[in-house]
Amino acid sequence: MPSFTLTINGKQQSVDVAADTPLLWVLRDNLGLTGTKFGCGIGECGACTVHIDGAATRSCSTPVSTVAGRRVTTIEGLSSDRSHAVQKAWIADDVPQCGYCQSGQIMVAAALLAKGGKPTDVDIDTAMTNICRCGTYQRIRTAIHHAAGEV
Amino acid sequence: MSAPREVSRREFIQATSVAGAGLLIGFSLTGCAPTPTAPAGPPVPLNAWLRIASDDSITVIVDRSEMGQGVTTALPMLLAEELEVDWAKIAIEFAPADKVYTNPLFGMQGTGGSSSVRVAFVPLRQTGAAAREMLISAAATTWKVDRSECHAETGAVIHTSSKRKLRYGELVKAAAALPVPKDVPLKDSKAWKVIGTRTKRLDTPLKVDGSAVFGIDVKVPGMLVAVVARCPVFGGKVASFDAAKAKAIPGVRDVVQISSGIAVVADGYWPAHQGRAALDVKWDEGANAKVSSESIATLFAAKVAHPGAMAHHVGHPEAAPAGATMIDAVYQTPFLAHATMEPMNCTAHVRPDGVDIWAPTQLQTGAQMTGAAIGGVPPEKVMVHTTYLGGGFGRRIEQDFIAEAVETSKAMKVPVKVIWSREDDIQHDFYRTATLHQLRGGVDAQGKPVFLTHRMAAPSAMIRFFPQAVKNGLDGELVEGAVELAKAYAIPNAHIDCIMTDTGIPVGFWRSVSGSYNGFVVESFYDELAHAAKKDPYEFRRDLLAGAPRFLGVLKLAAEKAGWGTPPAAGISRGIAVFKSFESYVAEVAEVSVASDGTVKVHRVVCAVDCGPVVNPAIVESQMQGAIVYGLTAALYGEITIDKGRVVQGNFDTYKMLRMNEMPVVEVHIVPSTEAQGGVGEPGTPPIAAAVCNAIFAATGRRIRRLPIGKVV
Repeated sequence: MPSFTLTINGKQQSVDVAADTPLLWVLRDNLGLTGTKFGCGIGECGACTVHIDGAATRSCSTPVSTVAGRRVTTIEGLSSDRSHAVQKAWIADDVPQCGYCQSGQIMVAAALLAKGGKPTDVDIDTAMTNICRCGTYQRIRTAIHHAAGEV
Repeated sequence: MSAPREVSRREFIQATSVAGAGLLIGFSLTGCAPTPTAPAGPPVPLNAWLRIASDDSITVIVDRSEMGQGVTTALPMLLAEELEVDWAKIAIEFAPADKVYTNPLFGMQGTGGSSSVRVAFVPLRQTGAAAREMLISAAATTWKVDRSECHAETGAVIHTSSKRKLRYGELVKAAAALPVPKDVPLKDSKAWKVIGTRTKRLDTPLKVDGSAVFGIDVKVPGMLVAVVARCPVFGGKVASFDAAKAKAIPGVRDVVQISSGIAVVADGYWPAHQGRAALDVKWDEGANAKVSSESIATLFAAKVAHPGAMAHHVGHPEAAPAGATMIDAVYQTPFLAHATMEPMNCTAHVRPDGVDIWAPTQLQTGAQMTGAAIGGVPPEKVMVHTTYLGGGFGRRIEQDFIAEAVETSKAMKVPVKVIWSREDDIQHDFYRTATLHQLRGGVDAQGKPVFLTHRMAAPSAMIRFFPQAVKNGLDGELVEGAVELAKAYAIPNAHIDCIMTDTGIPVGFWRSVSGSYNGFVVESFYDELAHAAKKDPYEFRRDLLAGAPRFLGVLKLAAEKAGWGTPPAAGISRGIAVFKSFESYVAEVAEVSVASDGTVKVHRVVCAVDCGPVVNPAIVESQMQGAIVYGLTAALYGEITIDKGRVVQGNFDTYKMLRMNEMPVVEVHIVPSTEAQGGVGEPGTPPIAAAVCNAIFAATGRRIRRLPIGKVV
């Protein structure tokens, strides 16, 4: 199997996997980074969202072969101590319920806020297309507004 | 904050000697207790729900599954109320399978029926109070004083007059040797310090950094991952298969046949998934190969032509009263998939001497029985390790995904994690039942509803799990809520009956179960009667509910908070509905607009709930919001259709979910109540579809009698 060298959370790692393997499964099965979740496999739900060169990207639909040489950040790499503004707001507003989609939601929100400024409700609607079956959308919106005050 | 860790053999023996069963606690999923600074001795159990370590850290054993509904916070709150502890010192661990943790609602260890807080409300406080008294006794003995001279406060016992103090961590060993006191008086509700507060969830920190361990995240040494090919037609079987192409995929280790199909076993999910795609299987599609949504609708329609099993009969519903204005209507609801965010999965390790099961399960007793039956070992040799659940909604009461992991591990002789794709999840569910309802109602000249007949055809979910609940051909669960409401509205001549109708499509428990369709059907139909009576839909209900104070209380509160009777914003119409389920009462007002192309938008939902005494109002609010989103998603979009015995939909592109841009503002108002306690996980779901459809009627004059709503044209 081919070998790929990836930069994950600032660390270079090599994996031997089929070239079509989605980044999601490299993270979860090969690198043990299980904070990034599998929800649909077709880029619909966003549970698998990571940052690639800073952009929120659905890792279930991103072949590992396209990621070599690029910077990947997962939920584990967002901060080492839950100190990212989005994580702090998520804790303050007790956003999660089951929590399964929240890694993806947080990564999208972090990328949105990294663009600077204070997102409007419309900006949030446009960026936050991830599915949450527990229906935490209202608290996600509130927490993004709160986090925007800090970024 | 400590990482998941292995419990030592010694800790395990100590922990389970009280619980009384030889079950290994495989790993603990801790809350956010601070990392101990000094080496702590092993935590000492005071009972099956509580361990205290010498560093004062407290572990609450949570015997219900955390699927987002907040049990890992609400249950420790109950225990902490009486224990007198510092909340920050509490960590949680999920209980092993053991009879001591049986849920009295269904006689098994499991989570469902919006029962967790209700059934624990008294026992867990008693557990905390007994432990506190044991700690006080231990301190009094140490000091050689009378125990009445001591009190407990913030994790310590204090000799009140001398202010001498011993921490729980210093007392726990001595306390554990004491007899457990019985009938310790509980605090008066006025003295509650924890119950009733918006206490922060213990599981939140783990869910913002990816460290919470869900079933799909379990990793055990030597584990392989399997993906299973199942017959697309319900009830079909493998006729033959050729594994050569699957085995040629790099990373695929083996291909084995199990009861549900063919398991492709590999080093990870992706090679297993690719292996399954390459697998050649011929299916014997069996008896359901011709079943379709149309054939099921025809079957239901034929069934309701004849009387069913009687569920409610009062007055003279045989004939319409003279002079009444009559309405006839047929309502239909579709099959629905649960679509938990975390697809089904389970990890199992079958050995000759025992079985370990790591599962996001709602039914630990079921998992244990499944492991025992397939593993060929006694139940007590099956260790069930419950993980966090990425949603449950009733889907994870089922045993199918557990059986697959146990069977595959048994065949492979190594630990195996079975992972379902989203398509597997949508196409091999135990669905919310499709239903057909034939209704006839009448209002008299004064606008009072005086007549109701309601006949339903639907498959029974209960008959598989609780066959004893079906009596004289009646699954009372199917008509639950509909009967309650006919009684609450005091319809003087009413008859409700029901025909259990198997369709070949597997059905199960879906958040709020029968409430999910009866709420829609009956509260839409009563709205039709209100319209026939030329009355305001809120006032019509209010006037009927004079003898049903808890229904009336939530109805009035929701109407008041929504501003019922004041003009809504331009283009907005309101609808209202009320329903009782799981012993809680919920009313909802929906504010809806319908665009010229028929697109429905729900702008705001005002919800009022009476669930009796509230443990954590923030959790009640989030459960109501979540239940409304769950029901609204189904009302707007949810439909599983059947063609040639198989499910047409496959993933979130064809089974649509409500997202942020469609999320209404949801306001939750709690009725202060000292009445009997009800659940909160499910009761928010039943009213929403009717509230929205009644608003659509107010906006357009179109009555929605079949879900999903889709476009109103």
